[in-house]
Amino acid sequence: MNAAILTRPLAALGRPVLAGLGALGRVVLYTLAVVSHLVRPPFYFREFARALLSIGWLSLPVVGLTAVFTGGALALQIYAGGSRFSAESVVPAIVAIGMVRELGPVLGALMVAARVASSIAAEIGTMKVTEQIDALVTLSTDPLKYLATPRVLAATLSLPVLVAVGDAIGIMGGWLVGTSRLGFNSSVYLTNTADFLEPWDVTSGLLKGAVFGFIIALMGCYHGMNSGRGAQGVGKATKQAVVMASVLILASNYLLTEIFFSA
Amino acid sequence: MIKLDNVHKAFGGKKVLRGVTLEVPQGESMVIIGGSGTGKSVTLKCILGLVEPDAGTIVVAGQRMGRGDREAFLSRFGMLFQGAALFDSLPVWQNVAFRLLRGHQKRPHSEARAIAIEKLRRVGLGPETADLFPAELSGGMQKRVGLARAIAADPSIIFFDEPTTGLDPIMAGVINDLIREIVVEMGATAITITHDMSSVRAIADDVAMLHDGVIKWTGTVGEMDGCDDPYVQQFIHGRAEGPIETLR
Ligand SMILES: Nc1ncnc2c1ncn2[C@@H]1O[C@H](COP(=O)(O)OP(=O)(O)O)[C@@H](O)[C@H]1O
Ligand SMILES: [Mg+2]
Repeated sequence: MNAAILTRPLAALGRPVLAGLGALGRVVLYTLAVVSHLVRPPFYFREFARALLSIGWLSLPVVGLTAVFTGGALALQIYAGGSRFSAESVVPAIVAIGMVRELGPVLGALMVAARVASSIAAEIGTMKVTEQIDALVTLSTDPLKYLATPRVLAATLSLPVLVAVGDAIGIMGGWLVGTSRLGFNSSVYLTNTADFLEPWDVTSGLLKGAVFGFIIALMGCYHGMNSGRGAQGVGKATKQAVVMASVLILASNYLLTEIFFSA
Repeated sequence: MIKLDNVHKAFGGKKVLRGVTLEVPQGESMVIIGGSGTGKSVTLKCILGLVEPDAGTIVVAGQRMGRGDREAFLSRFGMLFQGAALFDSLPVWQNVAFRLLRGHQKRPHSEARAIAIEKLRRVGLGPETADLFPAELSGGMQKRVGLARAIAADPSIIFFDEPTTGLDPIMAGVINDLIREIVVEMGATAITITHDMSSVRAIADDVAMLHDGVIKWTGTVGEMDGCDDPYVQQFIHGRAEGPIETLR
């Protein structure tokens, strides 16, 4: 009785911690397996091409729209903030730096996470539930290699390109608002942008994009592959994929920003 | 050829298999009957290694499950899944020829397609279905495509999970004959799961009855009708009264 009073809260505390650690371990093992398949033949080229199309190409509209509105809003905000120090002229530089270092990669990746992590998880989850994964195995095909590796590679390569496009469109959004609403001279705005933007600003954002792309596809595949049974299981897997991808994007963004820009 | 010894499997707290022991000799056609949810599909998945048994041993062609090269092991198998399990991102013919388009058994594209169309013909589907997608087919047609996929690479061991469920009686007859033919012609070892007694009589050399997680009865199809096992008798006559509980 007395012992139970002591052990029960401990057990209640320990169980989720152990479950969490177990889940973390499984994700790490899964990640290692996916990566190891990259260098082991065969490589499923058609699956990879299909993934490039659906993850990269078809995400362009979403990323572009996100960037143009973000760039525009950023210009308005920085103008308003800058005017408190009579420093309205910083708008072009800060819009560009803010876009390429932070908002381009992060917001772009979050939008792609919503679009792609969910669809990967739903597709693979449905395959799991309808025994298509079992069928793959019996047809001597490794589901990890056939489904996960091509998607993860495609997302890792696509996201930097999407981020680059988003950067350009975001800066253009800032320029549109700057010249039409805030009274900037068009050529002054653009030279200002070009003068203050450094290569590393852009490169760091693209690297972030690659990491985010990896996270997005990995979470989609992992949760899809571990989907529960029935439509409910797929729904839950899809939700978890998007939530986990988003959280990991934001957390790793902080970490990468520390690594890239501190000290 | 296939030997299961005291195989146990539980999902969570639910004990599905409680000691299944079964032997299928080379070139024989074994039919497993039993109520739905008794673990027939799980038994097949244990043999294929898709589900890991909690206890017991499974030996296929003298080789213990889980040892040795898995891909080589599986390349001798064909499996028709209960729900067909076609890949909905691929057209019908690429589903059928899946094994022939990649891996060790890879053939030239045109040859793989020709084989796929020939296998589709054997399950009663014309070449016009080859370029359709699985979602465009009826359930019964999907089942037949699944069957064509199972036999595409001429496997030596074939499992059919409810091959005639969802088919009209005539097509069911065609499929029964086809399965019998595959076993006789190709000398394949087959395990078929079915509820359909006309299938049992058409396909089986041997019959095993699974109930309560164990094989309750096994014997040849000839012995089945005359046997005095109450489980088998209730099942083959579809009676509501008997040792098998109908209220679960
Ligand atoms: N992957 C799984 N996870 C949990 N339960 C399962 C799983 N596969 C099968 N079961 C359960 O095992 C039981 C037997 O299933 P199954 O072998 O499909 O029955 P059947 O004899 O109709 O083919 C069912 O109650 C089913 O819910
Ligand atoms: Mg079943």
